[in-house]
Amino acid sequence: MTLKRVVVTGLGALTPIGNTVEEFWNGLSNGVSGCDFITRFDATNFKTRFACEVKNFEVTDFIPRQDARKMDLFTQFGVVIADQAIADSGLSDENINKEKVGVIWGSGIGGLKTFEDEMIGFAQGNGTPRFNPFFIPKMIADSVSGQISIKHGFRGPNYVTVSACSSANNAIIDAFNYIRLGRIVACISGGSEATVAQAGVGGFNALKALSERNDDPKTASRPYDRDRDGFVLGEGGGAIVLEEYEHAKARGAKIYCELIGGGFSSDAYHITAPHPEGYGAYLSMKDALEDAQIAPEEVDYINTHGTSTPLGDPQEIKAIEQLFGDHAYKVSISSTKSMTGHLLGGAGAVESVAGILALEHQMVPPTINLDNIDEVIDPRIDLTPNVAKAKKLNVVLSNCFGFGGHNATLIFRKI
Amino acid sequence: MSDIASKVKKIIVEKLGVDETEVTAEASFTNDLGADSLDTVELIMEFEKEFNVSIPDDQAENIQTVGQAITYLEENSK
Repeated sequence: MTLKRVVVTGLGALTPIGNTVEEFWNGLSNGVSGCDFITRFDATNFKTRFACEVKNFEVTDFIPRQDARKMDLFTQFGVVIADQAIADSGLSDENINKEKVGVIWGSGIGGLKTFEDEMIGFAQGNGTPRFNPFFIPKMIADSVSGQISIKHGFRGPNYVTVSACSSANNAIIDAFNYIRLGRIVACISGGSEATVAQAGVGGFNALKALSERNDDPKTASRPYDRDRDGFVLGEGGGAIVLEEYEHAKARGAKIYCELIGGGFSSDAYHITAPHPEGYGAYLSMKDALEDAQIAPEEVDYINTHGTSTPLGDPQEIKAIEQLFGDHAYKVSISSTKSMTGHLLGGAGAVESVAGILALEHQMVPPTINLDNIDEVIDPRIDLTPNVAKAKKLNVVLSNCFGFGGHNATLIFRKI
Repeated sequence: MSDIASKVKKIIVEKLGVDETEVTAEASFTNDLGADSLDTVELIMEFEKEFNVSIPDDQAENIQTVGQAITYLEENSK
């Protein structure tokens, strides 16, 4: 059978550097850091006291209070950005059969804060179980896709993928596959996360995964820099509307670009450490290129996973060198996590939006805080240090790798 | 209006997001105020917390309206 083509017709973003797609791009193209001291809880006793939080977000501006209080923050983020993307796409009752629209979302953890609040409440009580009836439906990771479908009446496939920091890329690949197989016509996809909570920061601190640069948070997320010391927790999310190409064309939709390939692999190595030679990353990118049926030389920009951890960053570069050969020194590379922090299960979604906007604006967003490139990285690698770069872009590749050894890669092309 | 009645109404307005004028003694949580079964469970829990009482399940089932809640709490809260 011939696979159908899949295009992007809507975008949404709620990020530490902007609460709309436009603001997000302004932040990206100007190299803005979204990092600051934690406001969501008193972090005085924590090893890390900063994070990339979403700013100035009043949920009741978007969702009635009585509905919002039945949603964890990660679901509130998801509902708001799905609204943005759906509005942007122009999809409505008049131009699509809602029974053929799915919602496939990514979240690595789900309602961590809800779980934390309920357990603290229980622990501080007298042992009588007094859990809120909305505890479970708020906490479970799939509540976000459920809420989006309830709000808009989309009755196609509906679930949330959980593969840690690859979650959103896995969600987008699933959506892509259902549409190209002709099972559905469109899908709301993306991912969101909200783990700037005691359990999130404390848990990642215990893993020694987070930067502890408390004296200068804005420079803490510094992928590929010699002095990086861990990732910075981010929150928020990104949404994309994927649609079958002929359907989008027939209704005169604005088409941002085409999703041409999705690849995945597993490290089969360690539950938190990446494979030392970046073999899983290599396989994931290779799989995506084969799926897209393009040569490595056709890729113009790679939005890396690049979290700013000592181990992870160089291994991804090794994998790129192995797969792309000499083209590894010609392709533009950057990690937008230097600005947004690491949105975990939402990372693939905000980075997809970043990559799609890079195609739209023909500009590579920078890797900020890159003062001294780590000497283990070949200096010929173009990491787009500190300043965005105008460049003719046709194909963008975006990587995500997650705890558990999950790797997933997306490839977008201009149309 | 008793202190208990005004507290009960305040909780209902807050949890169900309804207008205060709708919260009459006769108003049914599910039929008039838009609550589903989970909202009703949450309301009962809020009443228990606010008034420091424990409402057994078989009695909670009989609390279907604003007036029934106020009466129960006036009779049972400490």
